[in-house]
Amino acid sequence: MELIYFDHISGTPLHPIVKEAMIKYIEENGFGNPSSQHRLGDAAIETLNHARENVARLINAKPEEIVFTSGGTESINHAIKGVAFARAKKGKHIITSNIEHQSVSRTLRVLMRMGYQITTIPVDNYGVIDPLDVKKAIRDDTILITIMHANNEIGTIEPVEEIGKIARERNIVFHTDAVASCGSISIDVNELNVDLLSLSANQFYGPPGVGALYIREKTTIFPLIDGGTQENNQRAGTQNMIGIAGMAKAASLAKAEMHERTEHLLKLKRYFLDKLGTLDDIIVNGHPEKSLPGLVSFSVEYVEGESMMIMLDEKGICVSTRSACASGSLRASHVLIAIGRDYATAQGTLLFSFGIFNTIEQIDKAFVVLEETIKFLRNISPLYKKK
Amino acid sequence: MQYSDIVMEHFKSPKNVGRIENPDGIGEVGNPVCGDMMTITIKVKDERIEDIKFETFGCGAAIAVSSMVTEMAKGKTLEEALKITNKTVAEQLGGLPKNKLHCSNLGADALHKAIMDYYAKKEGKGKEPKKFEKEEFIGKREEKCHCPYCDTELTEPARYCKSCGRPIPIK
Repeated sequence: MELIYFDHISGTPLHPIVKEAMIKYIEENGFGNPSSQHRLGDAAIETLNHARENVARLINAKPEEIVFTSGGTESINHAIKGVAFARAKKGKHIITSNIEHQSVSRTLRVLMRMGYQITTIPVDNYGVIDPLDVKKAIRDDTILITIMHANNEIGTIEPVEEIGKIARERNIVFHTDAVASCGSISIDVNELNVDLLSLSANQFYGPPGVGALYIREKTTIFPLIDGGTQENNQRAGTQNMIGIAGMAKAASLAKAEMHERTEHLLKLKRYFLDKLGTLDDIIVNGHPEKSLPGLVSFSVEYVEGESMMIMLDEKGICVSTRSACASGSLRASHVLIAIGRDYATAQGTLLFSFGIFNTIEQIDKAFVVLEETIKFLRNISPLYKKK
Repeated sequence: MQYSDIVMEHFKSPKNVGRIENPDGIGEVGNPVCGDMMTITIKVKDERIEDIKFETFGCGAAIAVSSMVTEMAKGKTLEEALKITNKTVAEQLGGLPKNKLHCSNLGADALHKAIMDYYAKKEGKGKEPKKFEKEEFIGKREEKCHCPYCDTELTEPARYCKSCGRPIPIK
């Protein structure tokens, strides 16, 4: 059975060239600690510096503004807690949106318990934040704004540039979670007007367990992990060198191929959306244009998402669902509720996220299975007949 | 997915799918808000379940549970069928993942409700059959639901989650 992987938002496969680079690093150096002062340390430092340049180039930053982390979640925790703690004397007010990833919303919930105040900006039906709402929410004690670049469940791209401009005028630190977007669309930290940006290697065909936080020069921020002086005093602990070697290669590939990748993903997405248009009672979630090129979220009326996901998995098609029935029947996606879907519809949502190795033929094959699955489950559903 | 082979079998080829025309009893439980909803219709002859069908909106476990409970009840006397519990259904399925146990509660509940509906109709003799209020089963389901924000199992009906304090979005 051919495996068809349409779940790139959960993690991209390791690019063969990246894998080669990692194996080469293990064979040639492998265990050298970049903080060591002997020759093995020097070799590791060289790899590390080179990696930092590659990742910086991907987002048009300076190498010294890149801090390697254990992934997107750590970067986000570092950005939010680091600024909250460092600027606590100035104020304790933070602005965010109601469609953020859990690594943002749960971090903020912890801060809330510690006495910080959080203003959550609602989105419109496409999942877009109005920068004017952000402007209105700013107070004298606002120290941080954290708004995601692109949403990981519906793909909507937020007006980060404008929000960044507003933040800068008021001298507020601005963080964006670019984990979902970095690698599938081009990112320039200067165009986006951000002070902090989180990204993860396994969203652009690098290994999981390694990511980076961009910290603009002169940003007031504390480290999240304290100890040694690694990563310019911003992240203690010996670096995950094998992961970083992989991330460096993945970043340079992403930078070089960005245009072709975006175009390929867009082609797949348009093709899939056209096919989806032939089915009845399907709602496509997210903004029709301002959206990630490889991601399609759609709600299938009268059926539940997990049952569709498992049926597809049985046929070798890997997708995800955000109904999260697996974690309890009540838990509909907060993002889908935020964009105005009712609970029943939100429960019936599937997320297809395409990648650079996917083909039109794979979409054709998967679509046949998807159509059968929907038909089968609707036939069982009491909601469908009641229509 | 950590479903047993029996669960997968019943999920992929469910038995007794559909809705009996002019049933002797109807049992409807769950609601789409919670993520699953089940309707069981029965045909009774000589106090025995002659035919039984189900329709379910829900996850893989909910569909397998529906299929299994109808298989278990088919041909049984009403007395025997009332002894089928959520636990025995889950056991017959070779167990369910811990976070899916609540799905199994729907099956026996729907079956029992259908039998009660049959008794009510029989006693009523032409009177309006007892209608189950929507609130009734939302309340019943709520104790098996999980907080949408922090996943804590909600052990009692409440407007706010005990663990994280967020409001529970049940209409």
